Amino acid sequence: MSQVFLGMPAPGAGNLFAEEQFPAAAHRELGNTQLRANLRHATHTIRDKRIRVVGELPDWEALRDAGSAIKDASMANLDQRLEEFEKNFTARGGIIHWARDADEANQIVTRLVRDTGSDEVVKVKSMATQEIGLNEHLEAQGIAAFETDLAELIVQLDHDKPSHILVPAIHKNRTEVRDIFLREMPQVDPALTNEPAKLAEAARLHLRKKFLSAKVAISGANFALADTGTLGVVESEGNGRMCLTLPETLITVMGIEKVLPNWQDIEVFMQLLPRSSTGERMNPYTSLWTGVTENDGPQNVHLVLLDNGRTRALSDKFGRTALNCIRCSACMNVCPVYERTGGHAYGSTYPGPIGAILSPLLTGIEAEENNSLPYASSLCGACYDACPVKINIPEILVHLRGEDVDSKRGKKLLPTQMDLLMKGGSWALSSGNHLGLLEKALPLGKLVAGKDKKIKKLPGIAAGWTSSRDLPAPPSKSFRDWWKSEKEGK
Amino acid sequence: MRIALFATCIVDAMYPETAKSTVKILERLGHEVIFPAGQACCGQMHINSGYMPEALPVVENHVKAFERSDYDVAVAPSGSCVSSVKHQHPVLAKRLGKPELKERAEAVGAKTYELSQLLTDVLGITNAAEQLGSYFPHTITYHPSCHGMRTLGLEDRQLNLLKSVGGITVEELPEADQCCGFGGTFSLKNSEVSSAMLDDKVKNICSTGASLCAGGDVSCLMHIGGGLSRSGQRPGTMHLADILASTREMEVAL
Repeated sequence: MSQVFLGMPAPGAGNLFAEEQFPAAAHRELGNTQLRANLRHATHTIRDKRIRVVGELPDWEALRDAGSAIKDASMANLDQRLEEFEKNFTARGGIIHWARDADEANQIVTRLVRDTGSDEVVKVKSMATQEIGLNEHLEAQGIAAFETDLAELIVQLDHDKPSHILVPAIHKNRTEVRDIFLREMPQVDPALTNEPAKLAEAARLHLRKKFLSAKVAISGANFALADTGTLGVVESEGNGRMCLTLPETLITVMGIEKVLPNWQDIEVFMQLLPRSSTGERMNPYTSLWTGVTENDGPQNVHLVLLDNGRTRALSDKFGRTALNCIRCSACMNVCPVYERTGGHAYGSTYPGPIGAILSPLLTGIEAEENNSLPYASSLCGACYDACPVKINIPEILVHLRGEDVDSKRGKKLLPTQMDLLMKGGSWALSSGNHLGLLEKALPLGKLVAGKDKKIKKLPGIAAGWTSSRDLPAPPSKSFRDWWKSEKEGK
Repeated sequence: MRIALFATCIVDAMYPETAKSTVKILERLGHEVIFPAGQACCGQMHINSGYMPEALPVVENHVKAFERSDYDVAVAPSGSCVSSVKHQHPVLAKRLGKPELKERAEAVGAKTYELSQLLTDVLGITNAAEQLGSYFPHTITYHPSCHGMRTLGLEDRQLNLLKSVGGITVEELPEADQCCGFGGTFSLKNSEVSSAMLDDKVKNICSTGASLCAGGDVSCLMHIGGGLSRSGQRPGTMHLADILASTREMEVAL
């Protein structure tokens, strides 16, 4: 990063966009009752598990503070950390590639795979490669990418999109999974039941051949440690360990924000991450690798460092802590909006509360329909409470709403109803006299109400309220007026 | 003690009884209540809707109305508005490059309490029946509003006060910590998601068999009450202050 600031850094591209306004997408998803039942069951199960294991740690809040402080410190000198990492990773035989955006990253990975002569790769679950649309890009280039994480495999076999960053097939129940396997898996046992163990066994048989034959693996990374040049992947199924150790070539795609200063920092994150994501004390597989180890594991080790809007997000002083995210998914598991709409409603690879801030921060608030994402929250704050690195998501949502409103100023032919309401409200609510004057009209509200003193139908944007809620008739006198006559009048 | 009442705009205009109840409780304890006449609103509707420059005069007005020194503490019968005063005002001032306003807002915020916070932490109320004479012979349930619960960290202050009211029965609300779906203009902009959240809250309230759902924020109660009313279900809603103000002699009607 240069000391001289040359304008706004480039926006992110790839799968970071809402394709329609959130309320419209939510309308469609809300209508899917099976989806809502699946999500309710799954999110509540993970929530309860997380609460249980977090409650076991007496120093949980101190760990959150430490996680937040380490991330802040890392971001404050990200340029130096990245160069330190590059030096150490390269010294151990790894090769670094810098990618400005999704397109560059896809091109680099394609070239690296082609250089091996292979036309297929096995993949470890990775958000960065979902973000850049790598599988689709490779397919267009004649390279087949096989997802090896069970849930990613389900989504890929179903030609669907992930709807959660940790549990990509959270929107499917096990009967739906069974049906996908029966339909899409060659050589599957036609008597396959919906028992989880049977489903896992079918996936295992399906994947085993790929693990043993693949020459190239592609992974993401949960963190990079600058002082040793080490990369790490945290996973549950062991598919990652197979991919990271068996093939000859390993290509990792990682966002630049994943770098941590020191080896010892993983002490904190290895406590925060499993508890926050799967609700486990410890994840089954943690793989760490530092460049190339001669005659052991992949002998060609690459890392693509991806910007794709991260420098842009870092330049936003009110939003930059969103980059501290460790992709645990606790925020979406506790979010009442996500629970009801599911991840597809957000459009972007990153759904839920973190997605509602991260996507517009990476792309810019004006990109496609991303300006609707910061409003996809009642600001209840459950996400902030659950976040292991204490990202104040509600505050950043509000900040981005401000960016959205400001981005439209002076560009509209006519003010919206919301603009008028806010302008009028600004006058009425900025003085006791103004509000007092307006309150003189309270009795008029009674005229709108029915005999039962309820208002059941309102026009314009207020119709959103009366679509499912009554409003009480206002009182005939404000408190302010009562105070004047009862207390000051005496 | 001299206590400045911040009624909040919605209580002032729509639920004046709740402000009167707040005054009653505090006067019953022997405190003097003043009502700074310049007050209007905390501005969170504007802030949460992204209209920051429009929020500025609202916030400036609140700070101006409450930075007088002739009172000891300020109180509002709302967790949400107090959260805004304590947390959003300084953030807005910082965003709009007003360091002097930020300092003044922080000073006002430090003196401002949510009602249950004031009663419990400052005035030492642990038993509403004994210390306030509160009497409310009904079965209620209780919804802890998000901003009070999470931003202010009120924990069980409101619930404990309610449980200590004479004659009352408090039924536990299933999934109490789940947002009711109000969220200010969220209920207009994302009205369908908001309604889906409200549906679950209404069902949970009705499952308790309570006559009403109590809470510490009239905005959330207006939302929940609107949903209950539309569903044709029996329970209504009532603010914590109104229940605490109810006595054997002057019982508040359901």
